[in-house]
Amino acid sequence: MSDIWIIMIAVGILTYLTRLSFILLLDKWQPPQIVTSALRYVPVAVLTAIIIPELVVVDNALDFSLANARMLAGIVAILVAWRTKSALWTIAVGFAAFLLLNAILA
Amino acid sequence: MAVDNSTAIKRTEFLSGLRDIIPILLGVAPFGMIYGVLATGAGLSNLDAQAMSSVVFAGSAQFMLVQLLNVGMPTIMMILTGFVINLRHALYSASLAPYTRPLTPLWKMLLSYVLVDEAFALVVMHYKQPNDSGYRHWYFLGAGLTLWTTWQLSTAAGIFLGAQVPASWGLDFTLALTFIALTVPAIVDRPSLLAALSAGVTAVLARNLPYKLGLMAAALVGILVGLWSEKK
Repeated sequence: MSDIWIIMIAVGILTYLTRLSFILLLDKWQPPQIVTSALRYVPVAVLTAIIIPELVVVDNALDFSLANARMLAGIVAILVAWRTKSALWTIAVGFAAFLLLNAILA
Repeated sequence: MAVDNSTAIKRTEFLSGLRDIIPILLGVAPFGMIYGVLATGAGLSNLDAQAMSSVVFAGSAQFMLVQLLNVGMPTIMMILTGFVINLRHALYSASLAPYTRPLTPLWKMLLSYVLVDEAFALVVMHYKQPNDSGYRHWYFLGAGLTLWTTWQLSTAAGIFLGAQVPASWGLDFTLALTFIALTVPAIVDRPSLLAALSAGVTAVLARNLPYKLGLMAAALVGILVGLWSEKK
């Protein structure tokens, strides 16, 4: 078996077990109130932790300059998401802004 | 009569989940395509690249793994990195467990398989709505299966198109856009705003921690800041 299959199967099993963890394997566990309150912040905390580096880190360096199309288009998308609450508009306008900025900044 | 009624509710829930995830596909499909392009570019066979989308089924980890293949990271470190990136799914699992508790083990196994970021963000909002049809797991299934199918098809499209879709088009940016579309509407009060901001800042500062541990560190900081500001 090649290395890629070992990696694929190992990561696949570990990921699946992680997804199963509380839904199936630990489903009898009744979390204390503090944990239930904490879980309310999971979606915003986790997803923002993925988003922000995608916008401001370029080649492992921080880039807050106006030449950073990802950051600028990301700000546009955040504003559209905030005003419209529409996933369709957010992604469409965000990507159009990204293409436009790339064309201008290139 | 009762049977007919429950069938109708199941169908409605399933189709609502399917319909609500459709706008998100606009971001997921290009990301799946660029994964397919990068995977074959990193030397994976067409079969391997496609299999990874079914076996791992986690966009950002797959993306990271094919990039690490290019730099020749040792196997065990790649496995560890993939595992740590995907640890966040334990938080998703814990968040949804109270709602899925009455389901059969088979349902739990099926829904866990499709518990990806986008499904979680959508489904957790559906579960938080006050009126419970009793069949909200069908909504979860509708959204999850639609995401899964889109991910497989877009991977195949990326493999097929290969070098005709250059990485320089920046299609990977659609991942950030998808997550923005799902996250911004969930920021509804001061604690959730502070949780988001602190997690984002921590993720940037901790980005060089080994095995991508920065993501979990940032998630935990965000959660703690949210809790703390709630108490104030």
